[in-house]
Amino acid sequence: MNTNAVLRVQNFSKQFILQEQGVSIPSAHQVSFDVLERSLTALVGPTGAGKSSVLKGIFRTYLSTEGEILYRTQAGDVVDLATADEHRVIQLRRDEIGFVTQFLHFLPRQSTQDVVAQPLIKRGMNIDEARDKARSLLARMNLPERLWTLSPATFSGGEKQRVNLARGLVAKPRLLLLDEPTASLDPNTTELVVSLIEELKNEGVAMLAIFHQPELVERLADKSVTIQAPVSRQSKYNRELNLEKIA
Amino acid sequence: MDMDMDKVLEVRGLSKVYGSGCDRCFEETGPEFDSNICPHCGSVVAAHDLNFDLYKGEILGIMGESGSGKSTAVKTLYFDQAPTSGSATFFDQGRAVSLFDLNAAQQRQLANQRFGMVYQNPNLGLNFDISAGGNIAERLLMSKVYHFADIRARATNLLKRTEVMTERMDELPGNFSGGMQQRVQIAKALATSPPLLFLDEVTTGLDLSVQAAILDLILEIQQRSKTSMIVVTHDLGVIRLLSDRTLVMKYGRVIESGLTDQILEDPQHAYTQRLVASAL
Repeated sequence: MNTNAVLRVQNFSKQFILQEQGVSIPSAHQVSFDVLERSLTALVGPTGAGKSSVLKGIFRTYLSTEGEILYRTQAGDVVDLATADEHRVIQLRRDEIGFVTQFLHFLPRQSTQDVVAQPLIKRGMNIDEARDKARSLLARMNLPERLWTLSPATFSGGEKQRVNLARGLVAKPRLLLLDEPTASLDPNTTELVVSLIEELKNEGVAMLAIFHQPELVERLADKSVTIQAPVSRQSKYNRELNLEKIA
Repeated sequence: MDMDMDKVLEVRGLSKVYGSGCDRCFEETGPEFDSNICPHCGSVVAAHDLNFDLYKGEILGIMGESGSGKSTAVKTLYFDQAPTSGSATFFDQGRAVSLFDLNAAQQRQLANQRFGMVYQNPNLGLNFDISAGGNIAERLLMSKVYHFADIRARATNLLKRTEVMTERMDELPGNFSGGMQQRVQIAKALATSPPLLFLDEVTTGLDLSVQAAILDLILEIQQRSKTSMIVVTHDLGVIRLLSDRTLVMKYGRVIESGLTDQILEDPQHAYTQRLVASAL
């Protein structure tokens, strides 16, 4: 594996098998690419092609149907994220791999500043210091201060997205996955996010991103990888054959 | 990086059968048979061949519907029931303790000092004949904290942490609402700062706002004290909020296990897929 590569995805494929309905829904198919340090790789392709599935497969929210997802850790060893032990994945998610998803997940009564501070607290940072860092990032995102002590539950889509981004960026992971990070943002805020991403790149963060705007791919991506739409074949899934594999 | 350094509990081959049992019990019960009752001898195979690890500071969720056997595992680990077979090793203060090899006195001492248990029914976890503060004091006394002022101070502190009004600490638990009784149970369970906490359906039946408060409290405890926990529940929302990893049980067997977000977003087994699709 290229010494600059933080991530090497080899022949990643994902199929969803719906047991009761007896069907298999294809998603990403035979995807391979590298993500290098201090660079941003963009995944492009039509909607439904499986771009988010690739990100989720890397993060282990989805199990891979096929392929390897080789990640080089901070310490220098190479782990296949697709088959790594669950505790290892939990540790890597806490310390090295971040994911800004399309939707904001948060605990019901947590204040925005605490939602953003979470990744730092999980790494052992003192709560006041973590909150300070969270607050300065929220300020940079132009999220009004009056919202910082409130739960994001009632925020607009754009406000939620800014909280989501702040949480993803605050801990400066080694590998950052971004799923449509600017989808709900106005042009000004999008510019802010672009500068933040550029800063992170300069600080050495490796990024893999899905952008819905082609201009952002042009501005930010050092490389782009096309995910083709899956071949539209809904196959009848043979339950007997694969029940053992799953149990 | 040595992950084993942080292991708190290792359970292997844990089984519990109620009844005489026979040599066909295990082969003819389970999710494929839609039953945990042996068709030959009538014994109930409440749990069979459970294997899992728990690491320091982690919350493991055990999820299942009624009759899945999810509470059985916890009952054997807390010594409320003896297992039929299997082993459980507890790693604590540099030693490895084989739980099912301890005698009754040793088990009681370990449960008092190093475990905490919160039941769905406060009647099981609290003594309704003594005050809320008294319940906590009782636990401290059992683990050899004897100084009265210390006990009083600790009890007050714990009740504050669990948001129970300390003015009421000398009242009997029967006077409290369900949510408050649960909070006293949690305070009592935490009294000895146990490294391992078992929570069995602790928010089931409580009002939504009370549920939220208790879940917040559990997370705060985990963050502050790095307590390892096993949370048993049938509620997907609780699983999603609390647990890093989840075991899904059906008719006494673990049918699927993995990272919680993966179980909820990419369930593999037919039953898990149905459960996730059924969530409101």
